[in-house]
Amino acid sequence: MTWEEVIFYFVAALTVIGALGVVLSRNVVHSALFLIVALIAVAGVFILLASEFLAVAQILVYGGAVTILILFAMMLTRVRDLPAQMIGRQAPIAAVAAGAFMVLSTIAVVTTEFPGESENINVIDVNSIGGKLFTTYAAPFEIASLVLIVALVGAIILARGEEGE
Amino acid sequence: MIPLNHFLVLSTILFSIGMYGVLSRRNAVLILMSVELMLQAVSINFVAFAAYLDPEKATGIIFAVFVIVVAAAEVGLALAMILRFYRNRQTANVDEADMMKW
Repeated sequence: MTWEEVIFYFVAALTVIGALGVVLSRNVVHSALFLIVALIAVAGVFILLASEFLAVAQILVYGGAVTILILFAMMLTRVRDLPAQMIGRQAPIAAVAAGAFMVLSTIAVVTTEFPGESENINVIDVNSIGGKLFTTYAAPFEIASLVLIVALVGAIILARGEEGE
Repeated sequence: MIPLNHFLVLSTILFSIGMYGVLSRRNAVLILMSVELMLQAVSINFVAFAAYLDPEKATGIIFAVFVIVVAAAEVGLALAMILRFYRNRQTANVDEADMMKW
């Protein structure tokens, strides 16, 4: 085993453990902390795939902003007062469905031959990503900023509540 | 060298765990966290395909950037909706969300 493989299996195990902690933990705050572990481990997977830019963006946006937002929502909705409601009656059926999906898609992945697959990971440098983002994908980029501003205004209006409340 | 399959299997496992979370949890905030896991699995797939199959165009990386942008917007809006629902019903349990039921 090369070092690259060792690091890959370590990061993959960390991702899966974090994800399992999110869905199985009985305490919602523990779930949120496991989510941080899983998201940072996914950033490690991005680094292994030679896309550092995405890894840094991932840690900034998910590790920082999204988890803090989720923890805030937990505090404001007092979800930790309801431990008995955490898992519904449908949990066994959900486990069967998710397991069946995992088996099916793993079989699909293993049996598929991808045309043009290269042996090694190709490095895509940040220069070319930035260039493409402002030339080929300029219109989606602008629309993304529109999406963000609409989401911002919508979130403020939704969370503000009724007039005179 | 790590083959492409390994990354795809990792993303499949992550997606299935997120799917289990979405289907089994009853709390809206926990369902949202499971959705985040599923989005991460999709991002891993995009980046792995970009790195192994299509390094010149880098379409997968651009897609993953947009996934992050849309996920940030989605979390903000969804949490605002959950807060609003909590204010109306004093709970974040999705089974109680039946205001639009006829």
